[in-house]
Amino acid sequence: MKKKLAVFLVLVFALSLCAAGCGNSGKVTINVLNWGDYIDEDLLDQFTEETGIEVNYQTMATNEEMLVKLEASDCIYDVCFPSDYVIEKLIEKDLLHELNKENIPNLANIDERFLDLSFDPENKYSVPYMWGTVGILYNTTMVDEPVTSWDILWDEKYGQQIFMYDSIRDTIGVALLKLGLSINTRDEADIKAAETALIEQKPLVLAYLGDNIKESMINGDGALAVVYSGDAMWCIDPEEGNPDLDYAVPESGSNLWFDNVIIPKSSQHTAEAEAFINFLCDAEVAKANTEYIGYSTPNKAALALLDESYTENPIYNPPQELLDKCEIFHDLGDFINVYNDAWNNIKGQ
Amino acid sequence: MKRTVFAYPYVVWMLIFILAPMLMIAYYAFTSDGAFTLANLAGALTNEMYMQVLLRSVWIALKATVVCLLLGYPIAYLLSKMKRSTASLLSVLFIVPMWMNFLLRTYAWQVLLSPSGILNNLLKAVGLPAQQFLYTESAVMLGTVYNFLPFMILPIYTVLSKMDQSQIEAAHDLGANGPTTFFKVVLPLSMPGVISGITMVFIPAITTFAISRLLGGGKFMLYGDLIENQFITLGMDAWGSGSALSFILLVLVLISMAVMRRAEREAGEEGGGKLW
Repeated sequence: MKKKLAVFLVLVFALSLCAAGCGNSGKVTINVLNWGDYIDEDLLDQFTEETGIEVNYQTMATNEEMLVKLEASDCIYDVCFPSDYVIEKLIEKDLLHELNKENIPNLANIDERFLDLSFDPENKYSVPYMWGTVGILYNTTMVDEPVTSWDILWDEKYGQQIFMYDSIRDTIGVALLKLGLSINTRDEADIKAAETALIEQKPLVLAYLGDNIKESMINGDGALAVVYSGDAMWCIDPEEGNPDLDYAVPESGSNLWFDNVIIPKSSQHTAEAEAFINFLCDAEVAKANTEYIGYSTPNKAALALLDESYTENPIYNPPQELLDKCEIFHDLGDFINVYNDAWNNIKGQ
Repeated sequence: MKRTVFAYPYVVWMLIFILAPMLMIAYYAFTSDGAFTLANLAGALTNEMYMQVLLRSVWIALKATVVCLLLGYPIAYLLSKMKRSTASLLSVLFIVPMWMNFLLRTYAWQVLLSPSGILNNLLKAVGLPAQQFLYTESAVMLGTVYNFLPFMILPIYTVLSKMDQSQIEAAHDLGANGPTTFFKVVLPLSMPGVISGITMVFIPAITTFAISRLLGGGKFMLYGDLIENQFITLGMDAWGSGSALSFILLVLVLISMAVMRRAEREAGEEGGGKLW
């Protein structure tokens, strides 16, 4: 008798775990996985009001983390925002749902410049969400020379005042750019050179951080930081940021990146997920979103609604000459292991 | 019979959440594409940089344990000398921070230590130059000591407060002065608590991650961070090597637990004071 009771208790316990995981039926809920600070969360409520679709919103910190979650066999996500080179890998691994463009009429709002890019020709699987450059955010009260080259991040004058990203491709990419090499190199000697450069730089680095670079720079904790252009917009913002900060993309060129909306193949709610993507491509929604995050929108209908402080701002809307000198990340295939070893050597040093 | 029935849920729990993950670690550590291999383990053991990181972890954990002991023993001793009600109030105060999430507590130290943080503002207010506290190895040490200090204080306090006072009185009656009583009677009797404290600080400290990233700015990679990196950054390709690293750490933890267990037994035989 008691044994039965115990078995019953175990079952109840197991079922309650399952119920907590499975959520309520009836209303459709889509699981959205995004970067931290990367959407105006009021828009999520607006989406639920307009469509009745609930959104379960979660965040992560790096592309690699997202890739791990999307590759997992129990992937629960319906919408996700990976960058260019990750999309390439996801397509290759056949993990993406082919978009039904009839459900995304607002795709017409996207600037042609940002469609049909090398990582997803014809945009079969992805819609560009935000884009930008990588550059150097600096505090003008601590740096009085013009920032024109990546070399400044190796200048001993700024020892213990430099922030770098705790992100493998971004940080190795900066070293490759400094050395005048391609950020998509598959040459082991190039990676060795970048590794040596970053180990040499390590004593000057105050910290390898993620999103908290923004707050640290606003507080004046460091003189120089490698940041994405959108974060620079956010940090320089006179109301919430620090007006002493400025942003420069080195003249020799940089990384041009795109974050894109995708639907994993495992999604059970593709139509609802497409409705969400369509919602994000709406001009007014994209405008509110870009104003909130500070990242550049690829949505030309939204750009037309923005005021001059965005459209005329070279950080938000860099000139085409600069973009021509920038390179987009590509998936490295198995060569990423060479990057990984280099990264471990740099971080473990 | 009754008792074993009620133990079933715990047995199930342990099978699912303790034994199964450990078996999975062992499986991934010793296989590659499903075939048995020692390559993962060999790779993890022969990589010079991994060994350097492991040594750093052991070194920081040892230092943190020593500091916790040096700080924790006197605190526990003072607590045990206080009135019972005051002592329980104070020991609750040591536990209260543990009600908060460990990451939040560590983030709080970022705010305290950062260049524009509270500590530096205090220094500036009294006319001293600002110091770089955050993102140093000392900050990592501080974070580790802070997070694990209660685990040192509580077992020592428990042993000290349960100690048979008549033995101390006897020592005094037989002419032992304060220091002699402490070193000949109190300290040996409290050894089981000390050893428990050392175990409970050293093992979490050696396996810790995130503290070094948050307070060390990612510059002082520990073994836990290395393992995290294998799984989070490198993804499925690195499960084998990540599991091999976890397995090495697991073995290291088991060895240190065995050493402590033996020391505890010996201390228990000598002192006779049982902790639990």
